[in-house]
Amino acid sequence: MPIISSTDLLAILPTAFVVVWACTLLLVDVFAGAGGKRLTPWLAALGLLAALVLSVRGGGLEQTAFNGMLEVDGFSHAINALVLGSGLLAVLLSVDYLRQHGIAKGEYYVMLLFSISGVMLMGAAADLIVVFLSIELLSIPLYILAAFAQPDPKSEEAGLKYFLLGAFAGAFLLYGVALVYGATASTRLSEITAAVAAGLENPIFLLLGAALILIGFGFKVAAAPFHMWTPDVYEGAPTPVTAFMAVGAKVGGFAALLRVFIVAFPSLGADLAPVLIGVVAATLIIGNVAAIAQNNIKRLLAYSSISHAGFILMAFVPYADDAVYRDTLAAALFYLLAFAVTSFGSWAVVMALEKAEGKGLELQDYAGLFRRHPGLAVAMFVFMLSFIGVPPTLGFAGKFYLFRAVLEGGYVGLAVLGVLTSLVSAYYYLRVVVVMFMQDGKPQAQASPLLNLATAVTAVGTVALFFFSQPLLDWAAGAFLRLF
Amino acid sequence: MQPELIVFFVLGTVAVGSAIGMLLSRNAVYSALFLILNFATVAVFYLVLGAPFIAMVQVTVYAGAIMVLFLFVIMLLGAEHLERRTGADWQKPIAALLGVVLLVEAGYVLLSESVSLPGINVPAADYGAPVAIGELLFSEYLLPFEVTSVLLLAAMVGAIVITRRDAPRRKKR
Repeated sequence: MPIISSTDLLAILPTAFVVVWACTLLLVDVFAGAGGKRLTPWLAALGLLAALVLSVRGGGLEQTAFNGMLEVDGFSHAINALVLGSGLLAVLLSVDYLRQHGIAKGEYYVMLLFSISGVMLMGAAADLIVVFLSIELLSIPLYILAAFAQPDPKSEEAGLKYFLLGAFAGAFLLYGVALVYGATASTRLSEITAAVAAGLENPIFLLLGAALILIGFGFKVAAAPFHMWTPDVYEGAPTPVTAFMAVGAKVGGFAALLRVFIVAFPSLGADLAPVLIGVVAATLIIGNVAAIAQNNIKRLLAYSSISHAGFILMAFVPYADDAVYRDTLAAALFYLLAFAVTSFGSWAVVMALEKAEGKGLELQDYAGLFRRHPGLAVAMFVFMLSFIGVPPTLGFAGKFYLFRAVLEGGYVGLAVLGVLTSLVSAYYYLRVVVVMFMQDGKPQAQASPLLNLATAVTAVGTVALFFFSQPLLDWAAGAFLRLF
Repeated sequence: MQPELIVFFVLGTVAVGSAIGMLLSRNAVYSALFLILNFATVAVFYLVLGAPFIAMVQVTVYAGAIMVLFLFVIMLLGAEHLERRTGADWQKPIAALLGVVLLVEAGYVLLSESVSLPGINVPAADYGAPVAIGELLFSEYLLPFEVTSVLLLAAMVGAIVITRRDAPRRKKR
């Protein structure tokens, strides 16, 4: 029996490419001189671009690889495209920031690539062992990146906090996997489904296992009540790391959550619904209400990202409904895209105003931004509108599709809660706008050309892509999981 | 008495004794050494049960690698001697109480209900043998194996990056 076939290799090609590229980069960075080291970020970007091309070129590929460990389908291709695009934006944001803050080391990009490869694996993982390993492959580089500005105590705190709580959550996930294995005698998602269909001796273990796995994922996507780490880590980590963490970890977490629960645990839909409703309600309320009290822009965006995880989870509640889960998938993917574009843009503006030693991050530092730097202020205005969900921005279309999926699932109360908390969120997003446009101050932005480019691209994207919402949703809807 | 039973009781005594020794010794190095003895005894248990691979892993990974690391850390930190007062004295009575509860519970279950577990199916002789595990690892579980290697590489590089002291100086602006 051949250990590995050419179809296996083809299925994992984009991911393997990113990993190999990361290892190569590691060696190049060691042997390159000072001049060569300047090239490292661009080499990383080149690798991500090549992987994106590979992934898109192989977009029609649908197959099971590595004895059912991986499931390559439209969904995994969509996740690949999302995370590789996010990675490119993250590199764009990082180059000047790292140089200005004196932490420009080549290993930064190596870690970024490893983390991205972890997300790509999570999008395709069809076995709980691979899910666990890829979640660690996503997280461990992120722990390192969060502490990358050491010996800055805030960054060290962020890294340590993220690591300890992440390891704790990983234990929950692993325990859940063990219980599911105990109940079904398999870690393969498809075989779990088959075992459940054939009848279980101890169904309680399956439910317990699924609940523990949910906790593990809940931590990764920063859903309440597993969100405690988010504000501190987002605040302490270097800002470009935060920008990638906000998007990358969410994309990975939701990718695995959607696939694992829709494929393996549809039978638990009714049992888990009350739990999920509780988690969604807590996430929406805590995220949006706590954000009101924040004066630090990084903490504000951290709570905002918690609330957005809540919106996506909202569409996830009716995941077991055969008529709805496709819309759930499409809406979740679409919202992840909308969130990624908007979030990267807003972090780019934050970076433009950030000074050394954590200065320039208070809301008051944004006063008068419109007078001094109208371009940045207008871009931030667009991102805030998109976060609230006002047309014509991507955020509006994203929320619209999410609410539609929730209503199809028959959870009217949740949709109402979603709308209400969106209204609450308008308060703190618009506060940023008011400070920027109405108040006087002398903000000092020092946006580099790259940062300006990233801001412009995401701002234009946030508005322009809105007019292509339907084709984008169709693209996301094409990303069906292969169920069997 | 059957020979297996004798082996079991001897090993059991050593295992429990070394575990108690680990808890009671005031010197952290002695504690670590007792723990190594405990791990080694458990490894022999695995051998008796017909799981040579797990026995070897137990010796090399737990008794070997991890405990050596433990000893390193203890000696580097100079934390050999425990303070007599640990500041957690209030925990002792609670721990004792909970221990007694657990013991009573276990005793009750064992004595009151005549527990009769069904016999397990004896696995094939080469079940869990190193050869079988190796074959599985490099065929069915090839992907997780490779992902683990990437994961370890990332962790190693990361550990070096964030502990390296010759980091470039932060520019003041």
